[in-house]
Amino acid sequence: MAASVETVEKVQSLGERYKHGFVTDIEMETAPKGLSEDTVRFISAKKNEPEWLLEWRLKAFRHWLEMPEPQWAKVDFPPIDYQDAYYFAAPKSDDDKPKSLDEVDPKLLETYEKLGIPLREQEMLAGVAVDAVFDSVSVATTFKKKLEEAGVIFCSISEAVQKHPELVQKYLGSVVPAADNKHACLNSAVFTDGSFVYIPKGVRCPMELSTYFRINAENTGQFERTLIIADEGSYVSYLEGCTAPMRDENQLHAAVVELIALDDAEIKYSTVQNWYPGDENGVGGIYNFVTKRGLCAGRNSKISWTQVETGSAITWKYPSCILKGDNSVGEFYSIAITNNMQQADTGTKMIHLGRNTRSRIISKGIAAGRSAQTYRGLVSLGGGAENARNHTQCDSLLIGDRCAAHTVPYIVSKNRSANLEHEATTSRISEDQLFYCRQRGIGEEDAVALVVNGFCREVLQQLPMEFAVEAQKLVGISLEGSVG
Amino acid sequence: MATEALTVSEIEGRWRDLAGTLPGAGIDWLDDFRAQGLEQFRASGLPGPRLESWKYTNLPRALRDRSYTPAATAQRTSLDRVASLLPAESTRLRLVFLDGRFSAEHSQLADLPEGVTLAPLSRVLRDAPQRLEGLLQAADYDRERALQALNDALFDEGLLLSVSSGIQLDTPVEVIFVGGTSDEAVESHQRLVVSIGRGAEATLVEHHQSVGSGNGLLNLVSDIHVAAGAGLTHLRVQETGDESVHLAGTHLQLERDARYRSLAFTSGAALSRHEIDATLLGENADVTLDGAYLLRGRQHGDTTSVIRHTVPHTSARQTYKGALDDRARGVFQGRIVVEQDAQKTDGRMLNKTLLLSEKAEIDSKPELEIFADDVQCAHGATAGELDADALFYLRSRGLSQEGARALLVEAFVAELIEDFPVEALRPALLERLQHWLLGTS
Repeated sequence: MAASVETVEKVQSLGERYKHGFVTDIEMETAPKGLSEDTVRFISAKKNEPEWLLEWRLKAFRHWLEMPEPQWAKVDFPPIDYQDAYYFAAPKSDDDKPKSLDEVDPKLLETYEKLGIPLREQEMLAGVAVDAVFDSVSVATTFKKKLEEAGVIFCSISEAVQKHPELVQKYLGSVVPAADNKHACLNSAVFTDGSFVYIPKGVRCPMELSTYFRINAENTGQFERTLIIADEGSYVSYLEGCTAPMRDENQLHAAVVELIALDDAEIKYSTVQNWYPGDENGVGGIYNFVTKRGLCAGRNSKISWTQVETGSAITWKYPSCILKGDNSVGEFYSIAITNNMQQADTGTKMIHLGRNTRSRIISKGIAAGRSAQTYRGLVSLGGGAENARNHTQCDSLLIGDRCAAHTVPYIVSKNRSANLEHEATTSRISEDQLFYCRQRGIGEEDAVALVVNGFCREVLQQLPMEFAVEAQKLVGISLEGSVG
Repeated sequence: MATEALTVSEIEGRWRDLAGTLPGAGIDWLDDFRAQGLEQFRASGLPGPRLESWKYTNLPRALRDRSYTPAATAQRTSLDRVASLLPAESTRLRLVFLDGRFSAEHSQLADLPEGVTLAPLSRVLRDAPQRLEGLLQAADYDRERALQALNDALFDEGLLLSVSSGIQLDTPVEVIFVGGTSDEAVESHQRLVVSIGRGAEATLVEHHQSVGSGNGLLNLVSDIHVAAGAGLTHLRVQETGDESVHLAGTHLQLERDARYRSLAFTSGAALSRHEIDATLLGENADVTLDGAYLLRGRQHGDTTSVIRHTVPHTSARQTYKGALDDRARGVFQGRIVVEQDAQKTDGRMLNKTLLLSEKAEIDSKPELEIFADDVQCAHGATAGELDADALFYLRSRGLSQEGARALLVEAFVAELIEDFPVEALRPALLERLQHWLLGTS
C-alpha cells in the first residue's frame, strides 16, 4: 500500500509543520472491509482467542448495533460509515514475531527513528521499556527480562490472552463494560491489540512503562485496548504517546483503557496525544473517540491521569476515576490545545463512592484559530462518600477571535459531609505579557508559546520528565500559525 | 373533569373546548401566536429527563397521578386577606390573582401614576389588545422549552405592566399569585408582561403564595423588556404550598445601557422550576440575577438560566445560594453564552449550596459557552456542609447546636438579601429566612 505521490508531495510541502506525517510501505494482511459478526469472528480467530473472549466480543458487537451514537458532545462531523473501513491490519510477520530488535523489520525501525523513538538508544539511555505498537500488533518489546525479574507482566494484550487468560478474563471489561457506550462497544468487539500490565503485590515497577501508538495503514481504524492492574501495594507509571502519518481521510480511533488499582496501589497514567489534526481547512485528521476509566477498587489506592491533547481533528475523551475504595484518590491533569479547525470535547469524571475519597481536577484549555473546545466533566459525590473532597479548576485561554471555548461541568452532591469546589475562568492571552516578551526581543510565536507554557505549568509539572520536555515542545508546535 | 396532567392529547382536547373562549380570541396575530405554541407543544410533548436541561428534574414523574381543573372552570372560595412583602403604607399598586383569576377585590389600582399601565391581561385583551402586540415573545422551537410553548397556546390571564419613557415609578408594583383558593387542584397558565420604556425605572415584586398546601399547578411565562437606559428591580418570592407545582419561564431582553436586577427567593412548592433566558442586546447592558433557595422535606427546586451576551461591553453577575435539608433536591443549571461579537464581556457566575442533611442533594451545572476571545468570564460552584470550626466556635460561645447552625445558615443566605437594593423589602425576606430556619431540625 504505497503512499500516493500526492501524499508524499503534500507532506514535503508541509515540511516542519507536521513532522510525523509519512506513510511506511509494509505489506498488510487485512480483514475484509466492513464490520459484521464475521469481521469479529475473523479477528478473534486470527488472534487465536479462547471461546469466552469471542462470546464477549460478539456481545459487545450486538450492543453496538443497537446503541445510538452519543450526540451530546459539542463536536460536529459527518456520520461515520463503519462499513467503509478495515478492522484488522497486521504487519506480515505476525506469525513469527521477532525475538529481538535485530529481527525487527528495518523499515519499522526506520519509522520509529523518524518519530524520534530510537528503540535501542532508549533501551540503554532512557531506561524505558517500549511496547511499540505498529498498527495493530506489537512487534517489539524491550526490557522484558528486567521486568520479569520484578514479576511485572508487560506485554501485548493478545499475548496476555494466551499466557495469562485468568487475569484477562477477570479484569477485562470490569471497568468499561462491553455495553458501556457506542465507541467502547466497537472497541470491545474489534480491538486488535494494546498493552497489558500487571504489577504484583508490593512491587514498585522499576521503570516507566511506555507504549507508542501509531496509525499506519490507510483506512484502518485503530482499536487499542489497554488493561493495567496494580495489585496491592504496587506502583506503576505508564506513558502513552501518539503520532500518526499525514493523510487526507478521517480515521476513527476508538481506544479503551482500563485501570484497576487494588489496596494501597497507585497508577500514574500519562498521555501525549499528537494524532494528525487535519489541515488548516479541517480536511483529514483523526477522530479520537476514547474511553478511559480507572477503578480505585482498594483502600488507599490512587489513580492519576495526566494528558496533553494537541492532536486529532476531533477528540472525545473523558479519562475517569471511580473512587470506590475508602481513602482513594483520583487526579486529572489536562492540557488540551486546539488550533485551526480542531474540535475537542474532553474532561473527566470523578465518581466518589467510598469514604474519605479525594479528587483533584486541573484542566487547561487553549483554543486558537477556528477551533472549538469544551471541558465537560462530572463530579459525583455519592451518599456513601463521607468526607469526600473535590477541587476542580478549569481555565480556558483563547487566542484569536474565531475560536470557542466552553465549560460544562456537572456537579452532583448527595453527601452533606462531602465538600466540593469548582472554579472556572475564560479569558484571552494577556496583551501585557505578550508585550513584555516582545519588548525583550522574543518573537511573537515564541512569546505565545512561553505564555501558554506558563499557563499550563501546573499540568506539565505532573508529567514524567522525558515527557515534559516533549510536551513543552508540542505546546509550541501546536500553536504555530495561530498569531500574526 | 379529572384527567391526566398536561399530556398532548389532554391539551389538544382542552384546546378544542376552550380556544374560542380564551381572552383575545379572534385577534389575528394572537390566534397565530397561540396556534404556533400549540403546534410546538404537540410536537414535543411534556419535557422528560432525556432532554439535557431536564436531566435532573423529572416533570412527567412529578405529574403522574395528578389531575387538575383548568383555571377557567374551577370554583373559588373567598379569601380574607393575602400576605404582602411590603410595609402597609407602600402597597398602593397591587394586582392579585386567585388560582389564575384576577381578583379586583384584593387588588389596588387606584393611584396609577401618569404614563404607567398596570392591568390584568384579560382586561387589556378586551379593551386594548394592540398594546400587547410585539411584547409577547414566542417560545423558541426547542423541545426543552415546551412549557413555554404550552403557555403561548393557553395563557388566559396575567398582567401588563408598562412604564413609559422617562417615568421614575417610585412605588413598587406588587403582583400576588395565590394558589389553593379552590377545593379542586387548579391548573393555570399565566403571562406576566413587563415593558420598561427608555430611561424609566420601576420595581416589581412578584409574590407566589398559597392557602394551605396549595395543590395547584401554575405555568407562568414572563416577557420582560427593558429599553435603553431603563432599569428594573425585580423581587420574586415563591413560597407556595408544599403540594404545588410551580413552573416559570422568564424571557428577559435588555437594550443599550439597560439594567436589570433580580432576587429570586424560593422556599415553596413540591416541584418548582424557573427557567430564565436573558439576552443582552445593547452595549453596556447589565444584568444581575441572584437567587436564594431554602428547601426541605421532599421539595425539588430547579433554576435553569441562560444569559446571552450578543454585543460588546455587557456584563452579567449571577449568584445563587441555598440550603437543602431532609431529602430536598436543588438543581442549578446556569449558562453564560458569549457570542462572537460580544467582545469585552464580563460574566461571573457563582453557585453555593449548603447540605444540611444526609439525604439532601444538589445538582449543579454552571456552564460557559464562549465564542469571543477578549472576555473575562468565570464561574464557581461549591457544595458542602457547615464549617465545623465555625460551628465549634459558636458552640464554645454558648450557642446551642441548633442555634449555631441556624446562625451560620442565616449568615450564608442573608448576604444576598442585604445586597438587594430595595431596603423596604429586606425585613420581610429576613423574616422568611428566620421562619424557615426555625423549622430546621
